[in-house]
Amino acid sequence: MMKEIVIISGKGGTGKTSLTASFAVLGGQDIVAADCDVDAADMHLLLQPDQGRSEEFFSGQLAEIDPDICTQCGACVTICRYNAISVIDGKHQVKPLDCEGCGYCARICPVNAISNIDNNVGQWLISEIKTGSKMVHASMKVGAENSGKLVAKVKKEANIIAQNENKSFIIVDGSPGVGCPVVSSLSGADYVVFVTEPTVSGLHDLKRVFELVDKFKIPSGCIINKADLNNDKNDEIRTFLNDMRIDHIIDLPYDESFTKAMTQGKTIVEYAKSEIGSIVEKSWNMIKKRIIELN
Amino acid sequence: MNIALTAKGKTWDSAMDPRFGRTEYFFILNEDNNEVKIIDNSEANQEAHGAGPKAAQKLYEEKINILITGNGPGGNALSVLEKAETKIYVGAGNMTVREAYEAYKSNQLNNFE
Amino acid sequence: MKIAIASGKGGTGKTTLATNLSSYFAETKQTVLVDLDVEEPNSKLFLQGDLIHHEEKYKMIPEWDPTSCTLCGLCRKVCNFNAITQILDEIMVFPELCHGCYACSELCPVGALPMKPKKMGVLTHYKNRDLSFIESKLDIGEEQAVPLIAQTLEYVDRVFPGDILKIFDSPPGTSCPVIEATKSADFIILVTEPTPFGLHDLTLAVETIREIGKPFAVVINRFGIGDNKVEQYCHKEKIPIIAKIPNQRKIAELYSEGKLLFREIPEVRSALEAIMEYIDTLYLRRAT
Repeated sequence: MMKEIVIISGKGGTGKTSLTASFAVLGGQDIVAADCDVDAADMHLLLQPDQGRSEEFFSGQLAEIDPDICTQCGACVTICRYNAISVIDGKHQVKPLDCEGCGYCARICPVNAISNIDNNVGQWLISEIKTGSKMVHASMKVGAENSGKLVAKVKKEANIIAQNENKSFIIVDGSPGVGCPVVSSLSGADYVVFVTEPTVSGLHDLKRVFELVDKFKIPSGCIINKADLNNDKNDEIRTFLNDMRIDHIIDLPYDESFTKAMTQGKTIVEYAKSEIGSIVEKSWNMIKKRIIELN
Repeated sequence: MNIALTAKGKTWDSAMDPRFGRTEYFFILNEDNNEVKIIDNSEANQEAHGAGPKAAQKLYEEKINILITGNGPGGNALSVLEKAETKIYVGAGNMTVREAYEAYKSNQLNNFE
Repeated sequence: MKIAIASGKGGTGKTTLATNLSSYFAETKQTVLVDLDVEEPNSKLFLQGDLIHHEEKYKMIPEWDPTSCTLCGLCRKVCNFNAITQILDEIMVFPELCHGCYACSELCPVGALPMKPKKMGVLTHYKNRDLSFIESKLDIGEEQAVPLIAQTLEYVDRVFPGDILKIFDSPPGTSCPVIEATKSADFIILVTEPTPFGLHDLTLAVETIREIGKPFAVVINRFGIGDNKVEQYCHKEKIPIIAKIPNQRKIAELYSEGKLLFREIPEVRSALEAIMEYIDTLYLRRAT
């Protein structure tokens, strides 16, 4: 039975992507990887995907004014709530970065000079990574609305591959924050792994993102990265995990090998000289074991 | 009764789709005359937001009395379905359409609150 | 003058820089810090101040008036966001899906969908001597950061005179909330770290900021931890690197406590001095 593991952090910079990539490598032939951090996708820097297949992705619409039909009456400017229509050299033009695609201007233009164009917000790809397994990933265009739809697409395609190729796990690098893309990352997850750090910000954002996960009632566990940075904060996190019944998976000590490995395009588990690599491997085994227990 | 099942395919042997708003198809059975109708839900799937309510609206237009699905609809879709007085049964996400319908008939599925 | 602090990647030190820089500036002049990372505002964790003002922020949402509605269904047709459904004799509006375009409300032939305010978040205003600090936080479940960011910027423009220095801590990434937070700035600082992730996300951030067309420069945080590819990239792209904050365990520890850095770490103070000097030169150039 295929299981989906989603790794999220609330706060950026905790090591979420580095760990997700490590798990993908450890998972070898058993897994499909999905990079749902589509606003700033980084996992490919560690997994070296071949970008085998790519497709354009459309979400929402943008208004476009045909200058040959437009009579410059300005009705569109009057009703646009986003100040997305500018007048340059007497010509009315839509500013794509500001247009929300509501379609109102197109509806009321007295000469039908405005049309709604499907908005190409990025592309999604299916690649083979260095272990020979598949990864689904995406990149969003600058300024696009990150609605969660592209995340949903990445997850869906990963699920299809996992079914077709009989893989045991889908490993998802989740979106940061607490908005729609995270919700989309979480939907369908069988187990959530929080990656946090023993800092004031780390704990604060962990609590905020946990609120979201709690609503979905998905079982979860937590990895405390840079765990020895601050013992008091570490204790506070453990208390929180205990109170909320979140598994405390493991503590990872502060170790710059992660970065050294990254500069060589490697995950920590491929980096020869690190003890921390074996702790990460241990945490992967614990996660797998926990998922089996939960069933 | 008109029954709708969320499905990944168009036949009785197709796998159920556990999702509601972004399900691939609605497999619709009219129990009075045993006619089957398939609705392609890819339009709702195209939506960035609001796939759930849009799908719920579609079921309302088809006069669906019973919905059989996997996980259950999200909040917005649920309020539309409740208003339309559609009864919802969940837990069929890993079955085929045929199995899901039989499970519903033999009271093995849970009512969705 | 308005300075926005942004980064492609989360966790590079945007909030660290914004809180330290604004506190440092406030030693010698009136300064306003605005935390626009409305999904996860963190600046408050590092600053103390007295509460000056607190207000709920609203977005306008259509509210159905059954008494005048004729159930013509036009509202549902004109909504591009599926925020309106018609079931039986009721029109249902889904507030989180609404983008506030007013189309349904204004096109309704009988005025049955007047726009009414709905709470989406909270703005809080603190003050500590010469540092004023504004934080806005989106309610959980609200999907759109842009309206709250826009309203926070309006508040700042209304409450503070134009000549006071304002620093915006923007959300991470490159999507539309970042555009909203940075487009009205006079100058943008991109914070990055000298690692492959830092470099990759910096190139995305640079692409975004170039779309906005404002002058910008880079600050490298945790300098020394990775490689020199970020520096090489900046030199190639002729992007000024105006400060480097070194990678030090002591810095990480202070940060973990929620403390400011520049009073205890001289290298951080020097970095802030370098930034202040760069900005003063820019400002003087602009003023003349």
